[in-house]
Amino acid sequence: MGRYVARRLLQMIPVFIGTTLLIFLMVNVLPGDPVRALWGDKPPDPAQVAQIKHDRGLDLPLWEQYLHYMKGLFQGDFGNTIAGNRPILDEITQAFPVSMRLAVMAWTFELVVGITLGVFAGIRRGRIVDNTVTIFTLLVISVPIFVVGLLFQLYMGNEWQWITPTVQDSEDMGQLVVPALVLGMVGLAYVARLTRTSIAENRSSDYIRTAVAKGLPRKRIVTRHLLRNSLIPVVTYLGTDIGTLMGGAVITEGIFNVTGVGNLLFTSLARREGAVIVGIVTVLVLVYLLASLLVDLLYAVLDPRIRYA
Amino acid sequence: MGILDMPPGKIPQGEILFRGQDMLKMSNEERRKIRGRKIAMIFQDALSSLNPVLSVGYQLGEMFRVHEGMGRKEAKAKAIELMERVKIPAAKERVNDYPHQFSGGMRQRIMIAMALALEPDLIIADEPTTALDVTVQAQVMDLLAELQREYNMGLILITHDLGVVADVADKIAVMYAGRIVETAPVHELYKRPAHPYTRGLLESIPRLDQKGHELYAIKGLPPNLLKIPSGCAFNPRCPKAQDICRTEVPPLVPVTEQDGAELTGRGSACHFWKETIHG
Repeated sequence: MGRYVARRLLQMIPVFIGTTLLIFLMVNVLPGDPVRALWGDKPPDPAQVAQIKHDRGLDLPLWEQYLHYMKGLFQGDFGNTIAGNRPILDEITQAFPVSMRLAVMAWTFELVVGITLGVFAGIRRGRIVDNTVTIFTLLVISVPIFVVGLLFQLYMGNEWQWITPTVQDSEDMGQLVVPALVLGMVGLAYVARLTRTSIAENRSSDYIRTAVAKGLPRKRIVTRHLLRNSLIPVVTYLGTDIGTLMGGAVITEGIFNVTGVGNLLFTSLARREGAVIVGIVTVLVLVYLLASLLVDLLYAVLDPRIRYA
Repeated sequence: MGILDMPPGKIPQGEILFRGQDMLKMSNEERRKIRGRKIAMIFQDALSSLNPVLSVGYQLGEMFRVHEGMGRKEAKAKAIELMERVKIPAAKERVNDYPHQFSGGMRQRIMIAMALALEPDLIIADEPTTALDVTVQAQVMDLLAELQREYNMGLILITHDLGVVADVADKIAVMYAGRIVETAPVHELYKRPAHPYTRGLLESIPRLDQKGHELYAIKGLPPNLLKIPSGCAFNPRCPKAQDICRTEVPPLVPVTEQDGAELTGRGSACHFWKETIHG
């Protein structure tokens, strides 16, 4: 077990180097020049542009820039932004907790509501509950997230005024509830469907028949015998979805003006702030890898037949 | 017992009497309290019938926790006791193991232990030995027979192996296509079958004194249960079939000696049972 975890953690090193390199190169081939962008619509002064580029090391060959960047990274220095010359680490550490809060809330929605809906649909397959859940989830999956987001904003925020249309203070959990709901909606639908299929399949298994023959109450059969066997595919999805929720909130954060990672990523892309993008993606990749390691370890907890040597 | 899903399963008519009470008229909750406590069941494939993600100790102890309201520790001690009863070596060390860590015979023993847990009045064993190899089969059957005598409980053994039945059973009911075609005390049945299907079955058992001969088999195939033949379901495969067999379902009637003397416990659902038993 310990060896397995160590091996998985070591595997992260090449993945880490590979992703940073890829993103670094990709950002560099994007059209547009971050330094010239500082002047906006006005024509930039070539001498000043060259000066800034020299100061920031942007005139060096690409491989040297990359090595330079990585060297800084291992010392905990993510570099500075081009516009404003602020430490990138500060920007990221400011945005991350916000996204983390949003993601954890969205994830909790997925987990609790998704699994509950899935269980009820699965044990009453073909009945009204099941059909309602199936149609609802299909609808959610089919409608793009920005439509859901804008509708929520329009009705809850403007028409009925239950919430403020945009988040005023990203530190306030209460204001993040509706954005989190929007963010977690699609995942919730997938979780419900996965759970439903898995439950429906396991429900007719031999060991459930045994549990019934033992005279166990229905509730115990579902929670102790059925659920644990049915959750393995759901855990896989929920695990990888944590990473997606952290990084994939660009649209939701945009609609509700949440100052999280998604927002930062979007503005950095618009300004061609390569170093910020690489920084964010690096952290996201790490989150993703850790989440999938956690999922693999959870398998062994859920199913004793799986053992890691 | 109410362990099948209804629908699609259904019981169109009849009654299921247990200790004088019709189980079909009971509420679900009343039936649940009988399951496991009064009537227990042993299934054929212990690997798929035991929950793969729960330890055997947990699954055994569950009987006591649910039906007797015992605590975790007490239930575990009971589980170990049960495992010792069914002769699982090193029960104490193995109580926390999972079903996949046991061999086939040991797993079936755990199924048996689970059925025995609350010393039920009746155990229904559905082909308990089919998934096992022959030597283990014998051990499991011996164990089952021994425990049945010891606890003095009823045992309904469902099997297609007439050899297995001979040692364990008192009474036999032979079924074909979902109906009882013959009933008899065990030795009577082997000596004088009163239904052509039973006769066919007995003749299909391999015998040591008939070396070199080809083994007899009932001709034809078992019927498709969605299209059971009209009349006697066995008629297409029966060597004695007449016209009446194709039109009329034979009722289960008492079987008597040639002089009319009653044979206790015997019955046959064949139009020509007289010829079959006496002829």
